[in-house]
Amino acid sequence: MSELSVNHLLGIKYISEADIHLIFETADHFKEVINRPIKKVPSLRDITIANLFFENSTRTRLSFELAEKRLSADVINFSAASSSVKKGETLIDTVNNILSMKVDMVVMRHPNPGAGVFLSKHINASIVNAGDGAHEHPTQALLDCYSIRERLKDVAGKKVVIVGDILHSRVALSNIFALQKLGAEVKVCGPKTLIPKYIERIGVSYEKNLRSALEWCDVANMLRVQNERMDISYFPSTREYTQQYGVNKALLDSLGKEIVVMHPGPINRGVEITSDVADSKQAIILEQVQNGVAIRMAVLYLLASKIQHNEN
Amino acid sequence: MSQKVLLNATEVHIALHRLACQLIENHDTFEDTVLIGLQPRGIFLAKRLKSLLENDYKIKNIQLGHLDITFFRDDFRRGEKPLEANTTQINFIVEDKKVVFVDDVLYTGRSIRAALTAIQSFGRPEEIELLTLIDRRFSRHLPIQPDYRGRQVDAINKEKVKVCWEEQDGEDAVYLINS
Repeated sequence: MSELSVNHLLGIKYISEADIHLIFETADHFKEVINRPIKKVPSLRDITIANLFFENSTRTRLSFELAEKRLSADVINFSAASSSVKKGETLIDTVNNILSMKVDMVVMRHPNPGAGVFLSKHINASIVNAGDGAHEHPTQALLDCYSIRERLKDVAGKKVVIVGDILHSRVALSNIFALQKLGAEVKVCGPKTLIPKYIERIGVSYEKNLRSALEWCDVANMLRVQNERMDISYFPSTREYTQQYGVNKALLDSLGKEIVVMHPGPINRGVEITSDVADSKQAIILEQVQNGVAIRMAVLYLLASKIQHNEN
Repeated sequence: MSQKVLLNATEVHIALHRLACQLIENHDTFEDTVLIGLQPRGIFLAKRLKSLLENDYKIKNIQLGHLDITFFRDDFRRGEKPLEANTTQINFIVEDKKVVFVDDVLYTGRSIRAALTAIQSFGRPEEIELLTLIDRRFSRHLPIQPDYRGRQVDAINKEKVKVCWEEQDGEDAVYLINS
């Protein structure tokens, strides 16, 4: 197989295991490209991509923009904070206006879950979801699994625990789908208030105790405490959260085995993860960032190859 | 479908030795010369030439790289089949080196055009030459000609030239396939 089964990347839910492997194999080639003295290929030189960010982002946006530029695409950026959305324009109107400027692909982050799916039913361009509310963040899950594959050779059969705020996390949901499709076993761990009620229905077990979870796993993915999404108090204090669910060096050293520590960023140092862990060899946080560019290049390249060339 | 033998094993070996000798004439000790096999099928020829030069002609330490041109092709999104990438492996810088591109068949010249762009990612070579086992005359889309050729072939467009290598296909031979 050498073609994706979908025309948009809206979520891991909508793609197959074969799609994920194809993206990984393509990313291998792009990883070689971005380590060359000249890190650019001309594949997407006749493609225009709009990055629509209706919600703040640093890492994802830079990563997408870099991936697009390394593929030689033309890029336009849009952020809601400085746009006519503030004047009351609807999503479809905003996007259609941008598309009438002949844009081929849209990379979109939006605070509402399902915004990407909604848009894909109304416009022709190929859409990449860069995070929609607490729903999905597919490229993050892909780069996380790719980083596990790089460090541990394979994802299948590995045990992965996702620690922290599962309820508000699109990273968690996408990761769960991706890991399960690739044959890994997934547990979640965190305060009961931050665990969604449906979690067991999607085949994920819950572990209350962090130490038992870490003893069980090969990989721990530490999520950020998303203070900005918490409308009520989900745990008594940050200090208490750190005591129960924060990972420090002493805890890792006492496990009797070496586990891989991941974090999607941005890190709250000293809250979910201490500095000595974040900067240790067990952590692959910076590898994740580097792999993010290769994965996004692969996704954009594979989706672009499905847009038929138009002579006009 | 019919096929005709263009070169048998003996003829392939004679051509390889001649190409090796021609390379030595121009590149002597290969001190500043690197061989670049073009993916996917040029690498078999490049590996053969390297081992021939090293074993039969006692030239030491020939640098060989594999270049994949998929992301530099000009027919992206234009073909019916999606393009599949291969590995690029170039562990040296080609800055100020004499580069010899090695490929099995030269047809339209578009792959070589892509390779000329792709190699720039690894530096600015002093010069670039092209070596092909088979040169399909009269089928070029671009002004590109080989510097070293094993055999020149007249083939019409619907015919296909297939180069077989013992390590990959079980025999050394070149076929003209008429489908």
